[in-house]
This record gives sequence, C-alpha cells and structure tokens, in this order.
Amino acid sequence: MAKILEVKHLVTSFFTHLGEVQAVRDISFSLEKGDILGIVGESGSGKSVTSLSVIGLVDDPGEIVSGAVLFEGEDLTKLSDRELNKYRGDEISMIFQDPMTSINPVYTIGNQIIEVIRAHSDMNHLEAKARAIELLDLVGIPEPVTRLKSYPHEFSGGMRQRVLIAMALSNNPKLLIADEPTTALDVTIQAQILDLMRNLQAKMGASIIFITHDLGVIAEICNKVIVMYGGKIMEKADIMSLYEKPQHPYTQGLMQSVPKPETGQKKRLVPIVGSPPDLLKPPSGCPFSPRCKYAMEVCLKESAPLYKISSTQFASCWLHDKEAPVVEGFVKCEPVLDEEAEVIL
Amino acid sequence: MIKKEPLLEVRNLKKHFYLGGRGSKKKVLTAVDGLNFVIYKGETFGLVGESGCGKTTTGRTIIRLYKPTDGEILFEGVDLSALNEKQLFPFRKKIQMIFQDPYASLNTRMTVTDIIGEGIETHHLFSGKEKQERIYHLLETVGLKREHASRYPHEFSGGQRQRIGIARALAVNPELIICDEPISALDVSIQAQVVNMLEDLQNEFGLTYLFIAHDLSMVRQISDRIGVMYLGKLMEVTTSDELYDNPYHPYTKSLLSSIPIPDPRSTMRESRIILQGDVGNPINPKPGCRFAPRCIYAKDRCRSEDPELVEIKPGHFTACHFVKEINDI
Repeated sequence: MAKILEVKHLVTSFFTHLGEVQAVRDISFSLEKGDILGIVGESGSGKSVTSLSVIGLVDDPGEIVSGAVLFEGEDLTKLSDRELNKYRGDEISMIFQDPMTSINPVYTIGNQIIEVIRAHSDMNHLEAKARAIELLDLVGIPEPVTRLKSYPHEFSGGMRQRVLIAMALSNNPKLLIADEPTTALDVTIQAQILDLMRNLQAKMGASIIFITHDLGVIAEICNKVIVMYGGKIMEKADIMSLYEKPQHPYTQGLMQSVPKPETGQKKRLVPIVGSPPDLLKPPSGCPFSPRCKYAMEVCLKESAPLYKISSTQFASCWLHDKEAPVVEGFVKCEPVLDEEAEVIL
Repeated sequence: MIKKEPLLEVRNLKKHFYLGGRGSKKKVLTAVDGLNFVIYKGETFGLVGESGCGKTTTGRTIIRLYKPTDGEILFEGVDLSALNEKQLFPFRKKIQMIFQDPYASLNTRMTVTDIIGEGIETHHLFSGKEKQERIYHLLETVGLKREHASRYPHEFSGGQRQRIGIARALAVNPELIICDEPISALDVSIQAQVVNMLEDLQNEFGLTYLFIAHDLSMVRQISDRIGVMYLGKLMEVTTSDELYDNPYHPYTKSLLSSIPIPDPRSTMRESRIILQGDVGNPINPKPGCRFAPRCIYAKDRCRSEDPELVEIKPGHFTACHFVKEINDI
C-alpha cells in the first residue's frame, strides 16, 4: 500500500524560560492510504504536539528540533510557511477540539467555508458557494442554503463541529488530522460525529490521524493505534491486537483504569499509581518506569527499543527482552530497528 | 439487607433563572423543573445527563448555593429550602461539596493548611495543635503527605489538587458529599485513583454521595442508584445494575448505547441508537415530555402532556407515557 505520511525520528521541544520541555522525543510512524490511526495518551503525552508538528503549526517557543515529516515523499519540515500553506487546508487539513474557538465568530459560516475553498482552487464565488452548500449537506446540516448565512453562535456545539468537518473536507484532503474532535461534545453528539466521520472516510478515502485520550473512541473508529506517554511511543499496533493483548504495562494499566460497560458486574478499578512525568526533567530511561509495577533497574537507566511482538504489534518495553524475567502476559521477542517498524506500521 | 433510611429527600424541586423580558416576552430558563428523589444513608446516588440538563444546578440548589424556586429539600427531615443563612449554618457542616475543576476550586493564595483548615475554624471544631494534627491526618487519609501542608495549590498536579479538595470536604465530618463531576478534568489513569479513594472513604466514614457526572461508565462504577436527567427533569431512576441491564426510557436507551465501547470486536455497536438532533432549549420550554422532539416513539400525547415519574417495577421509576408499549411490559 502507498505510504501517505512517514514521520521519522521526530523531536519537538518547547524552549521556555524554565528550560527545554521535550514534548515529543524521537518518535517514528507511518500512515498508509485509507488508514485511521489513533494516537492515544494523557495530557502531556505529546499527542497533540505530534499532530501540530506534522502540519507545521508548532508555535514559539516550540520548534521541531530534528527528524523528518514526509508527506508523499516531501519533507514538510524543510518547507517555508509559504510553501506549507499549499498543503494546509488543501491536502492536509485539521479539525480541532473546541469548535467554538476554531471558527471566527464575526463572519458567517458560508463566508468562512467559501474562503477555504477559494484559497486552494480557481473556483469563482458562485461555484465555491455551490460547493459549500454541497459540503454542509454532506455533513448533515439541515437547510444548508439558509444556514450558509448563519453565524457560528447560532449553531450548537455538535453543529459547529460538523461545520469544521465540512471546512476540513472542502478540498478533498488526503490527510485529515482530528485533534480530540469529540472531547468537548456530549456522548449522544459524539456518537453522531463519529458516525459521520466513519461514513465520510469510507466515501472519500482520506487517511485520518485521530487524537484522543479515550480508549473507547479509538476502538470505535481506528484501525491502528499509537499509545504515547511522556513524549514517546510506548506501543503501536493494529486495533485488534492492542485491545486483545496489550503488550506494554502502560497500555495494560490504561485499560484496567476504565470500567468495562459490558462485563455486567462491577469490579474495583485498578489505577496506575503516581502521576505523569514532568517533561522539564523527564526520567532518564523509560518515561513510564517511575509508575510501572514491573520496573527493573535497566528501565530507570535506558529506554527500551521497540520489540516486535508480531508483524503488526510493537512495544517499547524491556520485559520482552530474552534476558528479562518472565512475566505473565508479556511475550518474549526480538527488538527491531526503528526503520523496520516504520515499514510495517 | 439493612433497612434503608433516607438522608436527603427532594420533593418537586425547581430552580428557574429569570433572564429578562416582561409579560409575554418573559424569558425563564427552567434549569431544574420538578425533581423528586431520595438518597438513602450510606449510598451513592448518581445523577447523569448531558450538558445543560440541570444536574449541576440540582447539586448547587441542594447545598443551597442557589435558592430553590419551588419544592422542598428535606435533609434528615428538615426542609433546607425554608431556612435562612443563620439557620442553615449547622447544615453547612453536614453537606459538603467537591468541584469539577481542581484548578479553579482552590484559592491560589492560600496554603494547603489554610484551605483545609478554613472549615474547621469556621465551625469551631479544633484549634491550635489539634487543628494542625487533624489537617495532617486528613492529608494522609487522601494519600498526600504531611510536608504538603505548607505548600500552595500550584505546586500540585490535577489529581493531587482534587485530593486536597476532598480533604477540605472531609475536614468538617460531613454526612453528605455532593461530588460535582469530580473526575472529569482528570487523566484516565488518575480518575481510577480518585474513584477508588472515594469508595474507600465512603466505607471508612459511612459517607453518602450525590455523584454528578456525564461519564456514564464511571457513574455506574461508583453509584448504587442512578437518576437520568434531561432538560431539568428526571427521565428514569433505578439501581445502577438495573439501569444498565434494563433501561426503559427511550432517552436512557440511546444515552447508554452512545457510550464508546473500548473493545473493537464488540457486537453492541450494531444495535446502536444514534439520537438525531441536539438537546433542546431550556428557555420557556413547551409543554409535554422534554425528550419528545428527539424521541422516535413520540406521539401527540407526548407533545401535550408531561409524563410523571412512576414506579414501573419495585424501585424502578420512569417518566414516559408509553414505557409499557415500548418495552413490552
């Protein structure tokens, strides 16, 4: 399958007056055409900064320190803002968490969608307007012709998110980055939006990066998952493997922290002790080691390479090493070169 | 089974906010519109609903941060809605609250000792050395350390701040704690820590909780009984297992089926009900069932007549005209 995006050894830091905050610490992954990749992690895990790095939107004092972001073979990190603007909103577009703050309140919805369309095409105003109506209809907004004249405050949260999706899709992007698009919404509205995104993806065939902290949402929509913690990838896998037999203690911990709605009877939750790391002084070694119940000496000193559990599952944990003690639930296997893991996932 | 003794009884509770206008243009936001429920001693009563359904207003009205528009709030048999500030004072100690945002609910200029000690002083429980000992003890109870007592809120993480908020609520030995979305601002791995701690504290001190939240799976985890709210009204009230196993109200059914399932193989997705439209407007609501505009079963009667909350089977209450037809009972 054709690779649409390859992220190689990406490092993104914020240089604050308190020191360097290493938000993303050497991560690599790739995306094939039609993939819906979930990036899951808690606050401060680096999931949002990863997505902002892809589209070149990391603001001062942050910057991409090293690594490459190859979009159809072109390294986006090497491009100027002007050159990047050809991609943004056209081939790569983004949906943000808060639908109210990502639309301009003083312009009509129509105005804003038409602007996006015309910025990247040679359509005239009337053609762009027709396209905008078509888009609003596509995302399920009733009476799109009249709604074009409405202002953002006249829409509910769910409707605004639909408008943002319409905007993001306006130029048939090849890659759509959705940063917590349903987090600010109520569950019944979240179900509507997820349903809409699933249908649109099937119809338009765009690849999607879906960022969320909710394992439930990932299971609903993604086919591949990256689990991030402390700026690093802990585990990456296809969706079935990850939920069936998670191979990183952090992934396992996350899954035990949430109640299972289907199991019928209540079980006491098993929380992960401690709190997330301070990225100003990240722990040397595996970022999860201070909270990990299996932590060994090596974990505190050196972060683990990715171990190849199967051709579609990789975990960065020393427990998979042949020399590590045997722990139930963890498969013994060989570490891989990062390059090799990229090829597969 | 232990005989259940009501601690709090809410009867026809209403809280309306006047938004302006006169006569026929008068705008009234009916945040809470006629609630009836009982919370028994030692149990956790969960109140769930989407944003704007009035669950937070309910909590704030019970603790009398708002004056109710109508109805009674019977706490140990005393009607709080009729009391003035002075008469309320002893009850302030008995009902405490934990807030959603651990960043906004702690005064940034007070040390942890001041924050936790404020209630102890106001109610003249302890002073001097005894008070300090009590604060140390409370910190340890919620999993913090003695040396944290002299620090300021900004030195703590979100989960730790929520623990300080819980210690503050516990400081005055309350009987009822109103937990208003206490975990929704926290990371997933920290949520489970706080939920487990709330359960432990309940067992240790015999506390009663009113647990307000929108995260249905966590509410089920912690609650004994649950009330489902929609636009200021209760749609369904029953035990948490019964609610999840046999939801009767069409709104509860669709709400439960909207929860994302953390299992990609789940077959429950195929029978999912996706609600159309948005939560309606609580300003000057039309007569009839509040859920009718989004309900697939709605008939003329639903649009004209308000359904009462009635007991369908022992301990299971539903407010729906057609609950029997819909569920074949």
